[in-house]
Amino acid sequence: MTSPSSKLLATTDVTKFFGSFCANDRISLDVDAGEIHALLGENGAGKSTFVKALYGLVRPDSGTITWKGERVEITSPARARELGIGMVFQHFALFDSLNVAENIALALPQDVAVSDVVARLDEITARYGLALNAEAAVGDLSAGERQRIEIVRCLMQSPTLIILDEPTSVLTPQEADQLFVTLRQLVNEGRSIIYISHKLEEVQRLCDRATILRHGRVVANCDPRTTEKGELARLMVGDLVHAARPSGSAAADGIALSVRALSMSAPSLFGVDLQDISLDVRPGQICAIAGIAGNGQSELFEALSGERLSNDPAAITLLGQPVGHLGIAERRQLGADFVSDERLGHATAPDMSLSDNVLVTRARTDTDLMRSGVLKLERARSLSQRIQDSFDVRSGAVDPPANALSGGNLQKFVIGRAVDRHPRVLVVNQPTWGVDAGAAARIRKTLVSLAEGGSAIVVISQDLDEIFEIADSIAVIARGRLTALYPADQMSAEEIGLWMSDAEAGASQRANSTFQTAGVGLDNND
Amino acid sequence: MIRLEARPRPSWWAALASPVIALVLTLLTGCLLLLAFGKDPIKGLYYLFIDPITVWWSLEEVLVKATPLALIAAGLSVCFRANVWNIGAEGQFIVGAIAGSALPVVLPEVQGPHVLPLMLLCGTLGGALFALIPALLRVRFGANEILVSLMLVYVAELFLDWLVRGPWRNPAGFNFPETRQFHEWATMPIVGDSRLNIGIFIAIACCAVLAFVLSRTYFGFGVRLSGTAPRAARFAGISRNRTILLVMALSGGLAGLAGIMEVAGPIGQLRIQISPGYGFTAIIVAFLARLNPVGAIAAAFVLSVTYIGGEAAQIAIGISDKITRVFQGALLFFVLGSDVLIRYRITWTRRTPVIQTPEPAAVERTST
Repeated sequence: MTSPSSKLLATTDVTKFFGSFCANDRISLDVDAGEIHALLGENGAGKSTFVKALYGLVRPDSGTITWKGERVEITSPARARELGIGMVFQHFALFDSLNVAENIALALPQDVAVSDVVARLDEITARYGLALNAEAAVGDLSAGERQRIEIVRCLMQSPTLIILDEPTSVLTPQEADQLFVTLRQLVNEGRSIIYISHKLEEVQRLCDRATILRHGRVVANCDPRTTEKGELARLMVGDLVHAARPSGSAAADGIALSVRALSMSAPSLFGVDLQDISLDVRPGQICAIAGIAGNGQSELFEALSGERLSNDPAAITLLGQPVGHLGIAERRQLGADFVSDERLGHATAPDMSLSDNVLVTRARTDTDLMRSGVLKLERARSLSQRIQDSFDVRSGAVDPPANALSGGNLQKFVIGRAVDRHPRVLVVNQPTWGVDAGAAARIRKTLVSLAEGGSAIVVISQDLDEIFEIADSIAVIARGRLTALYPADQMSAEEIGLWMSDAEAGASQRANSTFQTAGVGLDNND
Repeated sequence: MIRLEARPRPSWWAALASPVIALVLTLLTGCLLLLAFGKDPIKGLYYLFIDPITVWWSLEEVLVKATPLALIAAGLSVCFRANVWNIGAEGQFIVGAIAGSALPVVLPEVQGPHVLPLMLLCGTLGGALFALIPALLRVRFGANEILVSLMLVYVAELFLDWLVRGPWRNPAGFNFPETRQFHEWATMPIVGDSRLNIGIFIAIACCAVLAFVLSRTYFGFGVRLSGTAPRAARFAGISRNRTILLVMALSGGLAGLAGIMEVAGPIGQLRIQISPGYGFTAIIVAFLARLNPVGAIAAAFVLSVTYIGGEAAQIAIGISDKITRVFQGALLFFVLGSDVLIRYRITWTRRTPVIQTPEPAAVERTST
């Protein structure tokens, strides 16, 4: 070990609260010169908050940052760049209509001419093998090429430390390989890299050291090259002691929701293609879909809810009826309901009152809320009150707008709005995301008792504790593919953690397992 | 650096006061303007805003001009609530007037009580179809409806110009660029012996119905939801594209209806110039009414006073009646300005954050 003064960067007890939520809890970490340091953790573990603090985008509440032996305050990204810290974000900030050189010039001080940028650009691209054409319009480039622009933009400032936030999430395997070559070269020049990822294989291939975060805390430091993959996964998701609900405890015969070979292309560049998804959920069953965010959960939710339609009506069957071509309101009328992961703006209109927000999902299902197109606002108000009373939604005012409620209370309202109907099929995306413990417990209890009443429930969640607490069967989604559904009491957290980073491995391992409840044909060729 | 900071909860009294504040500020600006012209500001404001409503005949004239304004503004209110920006009501007004005039101009021999209802229907349809052009381009190709609807105004104006100078010119009209006078069955019935026609009741009824539709029906709810939270609207199963098409057709239809009521009413024929910018002024009316169709009636009255008052001031104290436009523009400016200040407050911050802030952590914690 080198002495602390030779460290390029060292942080001591960096802590950051958002309201009462502690995103970073006394994080201490150090980075040597010429090292690739991995920051591993599930979504919500606090990785992004921590690196944002290093890049001056977030001001830590307490703790110190030492840079090249001197204590520094990083007050803004400009200050970070001045110190020699650069960052490449997961999502790109580029203008499609401008060309590569113009996009780079925009990030530089105003007195730099575009022609100078082109010269430096050519020099950097040649040196690091980052093939880029200065004249190309960004709108025509692939995700990998766009990322190269961001990297070049970052290198223009010749940083000593480069922070990469999940750089491979938008890349093809070939593009990722190319990126690794560049990163090695940067390190050989004496630069250091902080590499954020949850892909274990990559981290093992690339990184010298790893710091693992869970729930905002550092849980381990290790050498990823000598640590078992399973061990890394266990460290990331935690050592869970769980008493899962026995599988199919109350599951009745018949299938309430069935998905057959559903494929859908991504709605946007950063979206995920759904590939050949199959799933059967019985009445009384709570089926959890585990996975790291951004692996197709939102896309799957939109497909199940009918916000995006499938070309094949039979791809999704609801209570025996093909519904792939039906919209969300029609699916609700058939007895399903849906709760999206985004409380404000998606599940509710932020500026509208709770009684108006009751109408968002209930106007077309509850016959007493509307007669020939005219709304019964009194009834909407009393229904809203009923939901607030029975689901313990606390709000200071009478019929407040949705954005006046705290996250937990609004989530209880949104779940209550759906559960109050006793839907026969309920699909919930991240039911307790960012919700305080009390509200989370209440929501889980609500879901379990709904299932006991004979409803089929699909819970899309990243929270393994939650999954093991309420689900009786589990499937894992990774890169838009879904594994088969397995009984929860026969799964370990470690196994799920591994599949979350590589669904194909999971599918092949378990392909012939005898307790498979749904046939899933995943090909393992790629 | 000036920053706008969202207020936690806009106060209800400020929401009511904002149009009043805007009016007062407009009057103050008007005083300064009149002073700059070397006119007595009190006298000027009297002729601009008070004189028009002191005598019955000019009050009648105010109501005649308020009718199309209220009708167009009510439709635009619905459209703007959906966060769809139809700026081309002027063009839809003209096309509605043309479509409705086709019957009495081309087939003057068709007479009878069915003529006027048919004309109103054609005018409404004409305006709606013309508004559907920007709507379809928006839905299909993502073209900006503000630009397309605005540019179509010029298309409509030139088309009208060509029609009344060319094919529809009155054969017995000494080559003046006008169509033949509409026959009796093709004109709006007059109320009593005034200049007012039944159009004013149609306008009030339309405003009332739209207010009900917007606040009490599922369609109106969908319009508001789609405007304020488009993703939540999708979650409710409301199609954004369908909403865009419907509100554009609705606002265009009402502008078209206003157009045909204008030419079948006060004007009585098609001319190259049939509107003193009603379609644009109605945008101001809609915002002064805070996008409330019933409020549009009162706001239309205010704006209509500025039209008549401009003429009165020109005659009485010799300032150009273009001052009407200045007042209307100032009013829109102040209405939008006070709307912003209701929802946000202005804060001044320094451009570069100071590096040496004492205990930055503590400061930030208390503010969250």
